[in-house]
Amino acid sequence: MVSVAVAANFTAPMQKIAAAFEADTGHQATLSFGASGKFYAQITHGAPFHVLLSADEATPARLEREGKAVADTRFTYATGALVLWSAQPGLVDDQGAVLRSGGFRHIALANPKVAPYGAAALQVMEKMGLAATLQPRWVLGENIAQTFQFVASGNAQLGFVALSQVMADGRMAQGSAWRVPASLHAPIRQDAALLLPGRGNAAAVALLQYLRGDKARSIMRAHGYGA
Amino acid sequence: MPFTSADLAAIGLTLRLAATTMVLLLVLCTPLAWWLAHTRSRWRGPVSAVVALPLVLPPTVIGFYLLITMGPSGPLGQFTQWLGLGTLPFTFWGLVVGSLIYSLPFAVQPLQHAFEAIGQRPLEAAATLGAGPLDRFFTVAVPLARPGFITAAILSFAHTVGEFGVVLMLGGNIPGVTRVVSVQIYDHVEALEYTQAHWLAGGMVVFSFVVLLGLNLTRRHAAASVVR
Repeated sequence: MVSVAVAANFTAPMQKIAAAFEADTGHQATLSFGASGKFYAQITHGAPFHVLLSADEATPARLEREGKAVADTRFTYATGALVLWSAQPGLVDDQGAVLRSGGFRHIALANPKVAPYGAAALQVMEKMGLAATLQPRWVLGENIAQTFQFVASGNAQLGFVALSQVMADGRMAQGSAWRVPASLHAPIRQDAALLLPGRGNAAAVALLQYLRGDKARSIMRAHGYGA
Repeated sequence: MPFTSADLAAIGLTLRLAATTMVLLLVLCTPLAWWLAHTRSRWRGPVSAVVALPLVLPPTVIGFYLLITMGPSGPLGQFTQWLGLGTLPFTFWGLVVGSLIYSLPFAVQPLQHAFEAIGQRPLEAAATLGAGPLDRFFTVAVPLARPGFITAAILSFAHTVGEFGVVLMLGGNIPGVTRVVSVQIYDHVEALEYTQAHWLAGGMVVFSFVVLLGLNLTRRHAAASVVR
């Protein structure tokens, strides 16, 4: 049995990967979803997770430095993509010009201080020279899942979410979206690490191996990740 | 200075939210508690149960349903848009609506118990002396129920200060508008700013202790004055 702390943005693909992993290897995987910063606090205080699939590079690196992750087990399992999305069809154009026209009241993003997708969204707005203009309309989600909920419920007319949240089976689900070019923000490298409680756990080692395999990577690509 | 300006803004906002909620709850819950204390209607049971729901429902359930009902396609959201107010999530008044529901039982129940404890006899005595219903209510029932009002005020204020899940779901974490102390603490913890988190979290513990101690003292004082 392997207990996995999974970044919220990776929820959908990880459920599929875990199902395939269990079918292919016979190991059991228990998944917990949440914000990477919260997992960091829990892991440093003895949470019994075996594997961390973080939304960033910094958290696993920090855990390794502090001796909470097994050295030399870190690797980038996926590269995230950012999308500006609205539940309304036709609101978001494919160039992101809607950000300049400003025909909306609230724009949702994950809290840039704590969430990698929020930090990337902030970089995009800064690069477009719109950060100061748009800031009064920001609503911040605690993590990317909550940010998605703000937009999906229509309370925020649009927002920056993970491509994986609006993409299933290689297609955009509904509404309107602008796939933000990767040149507008630093790459969202999502790193995995084996945590101390997982040392010597065969299922944990097998899962990390499985994440590098073709089956897992094709699931990730279908959800819009670079893998 | 242990608190940043963002912390102070969160503290000010939290106190404003708690005070607004407390005043509105006392106004709205007094007739409701009076009705619950005196009615023989078959609706008494269901209404009491609805009032107590926020005690047992997870705040995420309340927040989630409010986000949907107050959203642009929800019934409450359509109503506020029809009034020209826009939608309520991500606004101070949206949090007030959430807090009214979240803290409702903490205002209704002490008032209801206080009204029940008065019983019918003082009111009947006042009636035989010629006092009308409103007169009886304001000059007999309200003064006798004073400990209930104090308890309801303190508990609804303190419980709103301690609100987190509903605000997180409805607020959107906007500085000065919806970023209350509990959310600010959560942000500090997630950003690994543990020193800042400690100052605010410790402040919450001290505040809550003082409130509950004060509540205890007023209750003993009230009990003593009844004996006298």
